[in-house]
Amino acid sequence: MTPAFAVFLIVGTIAVASSILVISMRNPVHSALFLLLTFLCVAVLFVMKGAEFVGAVQVLVYAGGIMVLFLFVVMLINVRHLPDEKVLSNFWKGGFAVGLGVFILFVAVVRPGVYHDEQLDKSRLTSVKERIWTESHKNPGTYTYRRVHRTNANSEAVGMALYTDYLVPFEVASLFLLVAMIGAIVIGKRELSATEEETAQQFILERVETEKEVKEAMSA
Amino acid sequence: MLETAPSTDAYLMLSGTLFAVGLIGVVIRRNMITVLMAIELMLNAVNINLVAFSHRLGSLEGQVFTIFVITVAAGEAAVGLAIIIQLYRLKSTINVDEARMLNG
Amino acid sequence: MSLNDLIFLLPEIILATGASLLLIAPVTGLRDSISAKWAMIALLIITAGSLLACSWAVPGMEQTAGFARMFALDAFSIFFKLLFLFVVAIVVLLSDDFLRESRYSTWEYYSLLGFALCGMMFMASGVHLATIYIGLELLSLSSYILAGYYKNEQKSTEAAMKYFVLGAVSSAILLYGISLIYGVCGTLNLLDIARALSTVVSNDALMFGVILLACGLCFKIAAAPFHVWTPDVYEGAPTPITAFLSTGSKAAAFAIFVRIFYVALPGFHLDWSMVLATVAALSMIVGNLAAITQESVKRLLAYSSIAHAGYVLMGIVAMNVMGLRGVLVYSFVYVFANLGIWSIVLMMKRHEYAGEKVSDFEGLHSRSPFWAFSMFVFLLSLGGIPPTAGFIGKYFLFYAAVQAGFGWLAIIAVLMSAVSMFYYLRIVVAMYLRDGKEADVTASGALKFVAAVCVVATIVFGVVPNDLIDQVSSSAKGLHNKGAVTRNATR
Repeated sequence: MTPAFAVFLIVGTIAVASSILVISMRNPVHSALFLLLTFLCVAVLFVMKGAEFVGAVQVLVYAGGIMVLFLFVVMLINVRHLPDEKVLSNFWKGGFAVGLGVFILFVAVVRPGVYHDEQLDKSRLTSVKERIWTESHKNPGTYTYRRVHRTNANSEAVGMALYTDYLVPFEVASLFLLVAMIGAIVIGKRELSATEEETAQQFILERVETEKEVKEAMSA
Repeated sequence: MLETAPSTDAYLMLSGTLFAVGLIGVVIRRNMITVLMAIELMLNAVNINLVAFSHRLGSLEGQVFTIFVITVAAGEAAVGLAIIIQLYRLKSTINVDEARMLNG
Repeated sequence: MSLNDLIFLLPEIILATGASLLLIAPVTGLRDSISAKWAMIALLIITAGSLLACSWAVPGMEQTAGFARMFALDAFSIFFKLLFLFVVAIVVLLSDDFLRESRYSTWEYYSLLGFALCGMMFMASGVHLATIYIGLELLSLSSYILAGYYKNEQKSTEAAMKYFVLGAVSSAILLYGISLIYGVCGTLNLLDIARALSTVVSNDALMFGVILLACGLCFKIAAAPFHVWTPDVYEGAPTPITAFLSTGSKAAAFAIFVRIFYVALPGFHLDWSMVLATVAALSMIVGNLAAITQESVKRLLAYSSIAHAGYVLMGIVAMNVMGLRGVLVYSFVYVFANLGIWSIVLMMKRHEYAGEKVSDFEGLHSRSPFWAFSMFVFLLSLGGIPPTAGFIGKYFLFYAAVQAGFGWLAIIAVLMSAVSMFYYLRIVVAMYLRDGKEADVTASGALKFVAAVCVVATIVFGVVPNDLIDQVSSSAKGLHNKGAVTRNATR
């Protein structure tokens, strides 16, 4: 057993165990924390496969962004009364059956030989296009692009791919994020009722006063 | 570490497990927030697959696609949580099967 | 990326810019919904104009190699893009009343509709799974938001939630399929996949990947085992959005379905055709039988749209020229009949959720004979009865299935079409033979316009379909030349 495989076994076991805990915890806050652990383990797995940039994005976006969003919503919605309730939905037996079936199928298709031939040369994962000044006789004195391999250039290579070949989906992804932002605002914003809107000014003043009273009561 | 990384098959097994766990979570849990977390697990399983294949094939396509998947996951989480908040405001519950106005 | 490539993208660029401008328009003091409507219509017209100009200019142009691997502006995508633009323009006209009466913000609504359209256009043009996937997600995300736009109505928010959860799960399944296909073929570009598959013997992982991909797509088109969300979402969403989901986003899903299966996976046809044929048969049976007992018109139409997804799937299963044309013709005629029905349903409006019950249609003939007649025409078209356009679509699809050796599927389709006439006639009977108890229909100019356009189109394309068929044939040609539709369909 190579050291890398040992690391994989440990990290993978933690990832699977904490993912099971995510779906079995009663309290969503606990689920969220185990989800964080899963994300971090998966990031380690990415780095082991030479995907340093994706690993970093995984930590930044998932662990940094999405987790905070989840915890924020869990806190916003008061979950204190939830633990008394039933955890499982009515068709949990069917759910387990479907999940196990999918698991068996997914593992069954993992067989050596069915996938595309393995490429022993991994240098393309870290090779970048570099602009160079040509000195050739053919057309001297112009810039051309050449693929060069550099160690630890994975981020550069991914960035290069994103901004050249993948420019179209990349721009569409930016539209996607814009829509997500609009949507979160449109759906999440609290609509004032008709009377509230008419008396919005007064309404806000009243709220400020009540808050003041509460503060005074607290400090007293 | 790159040279001795575990085989693609091991990664596929792991991702299959995570995907199945996520799918089970989506079906069996009533709490909407947990359901959303289970969906994130499924997307992560896909990412593991893509990265493993990308390494195996020596092509960047899988890694770049992973970036898109992560972007989509972030956007979906934002909108999903907004819908949950709105549902909570209207009904004071975030359980999936208590959404019964629509007889399905 | 060169300047030429920007011309290929011009309609999308214009649309995305315009949709973003709609967002900031209220800041400048334009607040009323009328100007929002006209701004949106103007944007759609400019986009359509630029699309036509580009389609005229593009054939002589060179694409950068990297760009061509992502995005194609071929006849197939132009056909679907124009169809999408038409659908969204009609949906804008249908939305007018509901936005004016409700207190929900207008400009964001139109802007989201614009972004959804943008996603659909990228889906139609995508020749790389990354472009297709991200376009699909752009459409889905906008649809989730729009389905929940009546956010103070419980029904609408619940519909958004159901749509969101099931949609997100289905796209995760779709992604897993894509990842397996990537592992087997080593690429995500559709043409390269087809090339890689020409050397691959059928294997489990690929088969499984294709099935998962098909499952995800079947969810998006609401085919049978994955249809559970459809009635609930159609019922809960605001009616104009229901019209959008049942025509526009469905047609977009068909566009990518056709593109992926005809371009990337034709060499693998024998393996997946039986699976999809089963799904098609199941959709037709489940959709039509469940529709019979429905009291709510929205749910009835939802189940009927499940059945229609089954009919269109026949064209994909058949995998021949006829089938490809059939999918295009059917998407086209289905859009007119369906949008027409939704405009009539909106005319019956009495409160926020309009024309809900079949009994609401009672006595429509005595109240306004012309709209009752239009409804009759639309229902005939959905049922596939000869003088209407629906017949042409069904003819192509049934013929394609028989030609490809799927006779049993065609028989099921014919039987189920007969069943579908039963519940369509229920509405007709209610309109013509029962006495109405309710007041007049209240139709605004926009609704009248939409219904009139749709009824004229449904009849005209039914009586003289030659132009439509010629157009569709030339649009379909590009696709199966490139993808080299194999003849191994005929066994």
